Amino acid sequence: MTKAKKFGMYLFLCIVSFISVFPLYWMVSAATNKSAEVISGRLVPGTYFIENLKNLLATQNIGRALGNSFKYSIILTLVSLVVCSLAGYGFEIYHDKAKDTVMSIILLAMMVPFVATMIPLFQMVSKAGWLNTTIGFILPTVSTPFLIMMFRQSARSFPHDIMEAARIDGLSELRIFFQMFMPTMRSTYAAAMTITFMNAWNSYLWPKVIMTDTTSQTMPMVVANLTEGYVTDYGMLMLAVLICTLPTAIVFFCLQNAFAEGITGAVK
Amino acid sequence: MSKSSKKLTLSKKHNLTGWAFLAPGAILILIMSFIPMIRALLLSFQSGVGAQMKPCGIMNYTRMFKDTVFIQSIKNTFFYLIIQVPVMLIFALILASILNNKDLKFKGLFRTMIFLPCATSLVAYAIIFRSLFANNGLVNLVLVNLGILDQPYSFLTNTTSARIVIIIALLWRWTGYNMVFYLSGLQNIEYSIYEAAKIDGASAVQSFFRITVPLLKPTILLTAIMSTNGTLQLFDESVNLTNGGPANTSITMSHYIYDMSFKYVPNFGYSAAMSFLILILVAILAFLQMKVGDKRD
Repeated sequence: MTKAKKFGMYLFLCIVSFISVFPLYWMVSAATNKSAEVISGRLVPGTYFIENLKNLLATQNIGRALGNSFKYSIILTLVSLVVCSLAGYGFEIYHDKAKDTVMSIILLAMMVPFVATMIPLFQMVSKAGWLNTTIGFILPTVSTPFLIMMFRQSARSFPHDIMEAARIDGLSELRIFFQMFMPTMRSTYAAAMTITFMNAWNSYLWPKVIMTDTTSQTMPMVVANLTEGYVTDYGMLMLAVLICTLPTAIVFFCLQNAFAEGITGAVK
Repeated sequence: MSKSSKKLTLSKKHNLTGWAFLAPGAILILIMSFIPMIRALLLSFQSGVGAQMKPCGIMNYTRMFKDTVFIQSIKNTFFYLIIQVPVMLIFALILASILNNKDLKFKGLFRTMIFLPCATSLVAYAIIFRSLFANNGLVNLVLVNLGILDQPYSFLTNTTSARIVIIIALLWRWTGYNMVFYLSGLQNIEYSIYEAAKIDGASAVQSFFRITVPLLKPTILLTAIMSTNGTLQLFDESVNLTNGGPANTSITMSHYIYDMSFKYVPNFGYSAAMSFLILILVAILAFLQMKVGDKRD
């Protein structure tokens, strides 16, 4: 490769990286500045962070929204991992013609857009009295074709000999799953966890539909509410956006490699 | 004799265990996806407010094609789809093939930075872009100071620019995500193929079109279907970036259906009819993409 070409390539990558990172940097710096300073174009972190936090806490119940979001997302992630990995394992380890057919029907559900099922789901959840509850939040997305497919794929690499040996030793099928499959498939679980947690935390349409009480609102909903006034306090708004982004960013950084690996597994 | 019957019961037992394992997941998908889908279809032939629903034939469907806002929302959604998805996928492919270069330094750093936007929540990034493109936002400030604009341009209250801002935001959020799919797909391609092509005198552009694109076809198909599906359901951006405005000219289908069901006087029958149309559109587009994907072989 010629020097000029190489230089062009690095320049291109630097520009793209800059565009990718800049809005996030701007968010962080704006969260520490006064709104007027943000508008005047100040790009370096300031000292107004505490004031912004005070203002934010005075306008919205951030603690409660964060608590709700954590509660809904963690419960959804845990239940979803168990349900979907059980299903994926069941489809692969005990596979036969009937189960393969069921699997291909389940995959069809991947194509069903959420809006197409939203209204009947809302009617169902409200009839059952589950508006504003965790169970109402988790039900529609607790079992997803994508996760089932991911676990089914990974179960393919679970060695059969070990299972046979465990069976001869008298281990029940459920114990083989919990004590042998789960620990060996740690990286798949990590990837599934990242994807599910991020989706749960970020979900906006469904909570907006069923969380009719202000006391059960999630963090993204509260952040969206902040933009509704005529005058926007950019410092405070960006602080709220930052707080809303931190949990997913932390999960993402801790499990970035697992996430990429999980995607690779799903593609293969 | 006894041996074979024992085997039969054992395999029967196995079979049942398998069903027990997959039952919770499968039943939940049945109840949460397929049954609501059928109920939405039934609902789409009814009309009324709240619980007082009456059968109304295909009235909801005929109403849909006279509803200018709904037609506008279809046009907008397809505008986003047709421009954003191809641009994003091509861009992601180019980035992935550059990052796949063995001699490249700081590969991990570049990858992380380009993938970083995926860590933000949809509502969060929509609000960041809305603030950046506001009248008193940073983009206007820079353009005015550079002398490109005389006075701030209101990006979000002009139809064309509002739509373009949505597309820019979508590109920012999702390009890195698709790039990761391509990068992991590229890892399955032997790097020596590229080296052999280079020795044979192929340019970077040639090996991109002759090696990368054909070998990544299944991954490209997957990302195309996922992005199409996602774009047809666009909601968070429309609500939080432009609020569908100005005057509904940037509203998406999902946003309009939400407004119809939960913001105005609820008309679940009509909303169900519109949502069923989206379902059909998604199905047709996925089918077409699979057909096209097959043909190129």
